[in-house]
Amino acid sequence: MFKKILIANRGEIALRILSACKELGVRTVAIYSEADRHALHVRFADEAVCIGPPRSADSYLNIPHVISAAEITDVDAIHPGYGFLSENANFAEVCEASHVAFIGPSPDVIRMMGEKDRARAEMAAAGLPVIPGSAGVVPDESAAKDVAAEVGLPLMIKAAEGGGGRGMRVVRTKKELIPAFQTARAEAEQAFGSPNVYMEKLIEHPRHIEFQVLGDRHGNVIHLGERECTLQRRHQKVLEESPSTVLDPATRERVGKQVIEALRKVGYSSAGTVEFLRDVTGELYFIEMNARIQVEHPVTEMVTQVDLVKSQIRLAAGERLEDVVGPFEFHGHAIECRINAEDPETFRPSPGRITAFRVPGGPGVRVDTAAYADAVIPPYYDSLVAKLVTHGRDRAEAIVRMEGALDGFVVEGIKTTIPLHKRILAEPDFKAGKFDTHFLDRLTATAGK
Amino acid sequence: MHLIKSPIVGTYYSSPSPEAEPFVVVGARVDAGQTLCIIEAMKLMNEIESDVAGEVVQILVENGHPVEYGEPLFGIRTQGKK
Repeated sequence: MFKKILIANRGEIALRILSACKELGVRTVAIYSEADRHALHVRFADEAVCIGPPRSADSYLNIPHVISAAEITDVDAIHPGYGFLSENANFAEVCEASHVAFIGPSPDVIRMMGEKDRARAEMAAAGLPVIPGSAGVVPDESAAKDVAAEVGLPLMIKAAEGGGGRGMRVVRTKKELIPAFQTARAEAEQAFGSPNVYMEKLIEHPRHIEFQVLGDRHGNVIHLGERECTLQRRHQKVLEESPSTVLDPATRERVGKQVIEALRKVGYSSAGTVEFLRDVTGELYFIEMNARIQVEHPVTEMVTQVDLVKSQIRLAAGERLEDVVGPFEFHGHAIECRINAEDPETFRPSPGRITAFRVPGGPGVRVDTAAYADAVIPPYYDSLVAKLVTHGRDRAEAIVRMEGALDGFVVEGIKTTIPLHKRILAEPDFKAGKFDTHFLDRLTATAGK
Repeated sequence: MHLIKSPIVGTYYSSPSPEAEPFVVVGARVDAGQTLCIIEAMKLMNEIESDVAGEVVQILVENGHPVEYGEPLFGIRTQGKK
């Protein structure tokens, strides 16, 4: 087991990793920007190193500063959390070169999954169903026309170096194709440093279903069931749950086996999430893989009782999957609401000082947060204030617990999306499990009218 | 007094090499652009320069110690200013 781990992140996930380290008896090093001087992860870690000014590019994304902090504190591993450097293959390589273990998959696998067209091709070759589309990068307008003819309209143009819902364009008519292709390439170059795009048939009224996986360094992979993350606003997840209300046991088993096989073939280790779109006929199509721990991991932890972050650390230290995750069962239903520092109707960011903060508790209620009364939510990073997670014996109980928990969650001084979540839970279609990825956009379009 | 703060994370060295004299001592006069110390980061030696001219009145770190971003290193009394 590692003696000391540096947590290359901030906010609630830094605290989450801190807890896991403490439970394993591992010493912790926090890194922080000047804007996070009073953050809880800095306070609770055994050691802390300031690594830069507020801007992420100068601090949390600054590889030399992060590695240097690891050197001066003499850590033997780095946990990158999610976002920031967690899917930066170059960073994983620099860690290896500096003799610091990177808690995540190998640099090659990170790179593969980060190039979205390549991930698609590799997963298809490994047996996973993919959305009909281009074989890889679409190099020019003539190729774009060929793919469109083969795949049909409507279709999506996606940035190869994108992901996480960014860098995507819809094409519904032949006239739109070439202008959209050109714009998509320009935008991709701007946002991700590469103009490469690939194309996929557009799945209408999709649901987003993802499988949580864990792999060890000995070639073993398991999955821990799926999460449904269909409720999104502008491709950002807002609410997640497990299990999905529409996935039948046969499909779960079949796709689960395919996922395990595909990931074994590519030598996947550590935690990861394989994302699918489900069309109206119930077919699942692979869209991308996130080679890291995810924001919504608590949902899986609540239904399986498996500690995913502790598992990551133990697997990175070389332990075998069967020892880290023994037999487990799925129990009940869990829901997570992402509570952001945003206006619940306009979604304008609402950074600032929190003046009152009271988190709910009780049976089946979990809150992952780095916020506290008098804390300042800085404007430089993402707007996540807290993850509110409830678990129940069934979905109805998870929902009624979430309603109570939202009512009992007090945050003053900043605006939050708590009112939005209350609205979602009150919707009959949500309660009935009837929704697609446009549900939230429709709900929020009517807000304030 | 003007504080020189570390612009990077690393290990502070007061001399260009272990046997050499320190770059500066308390009382030394320095020019803007003059090297005050080395901070080693990822096996690279980074020379840290003064951004003002004046007299070194404080050396706030010890040779061989780790420094973080923004850590105060030197206090320089600049000419004709407080």
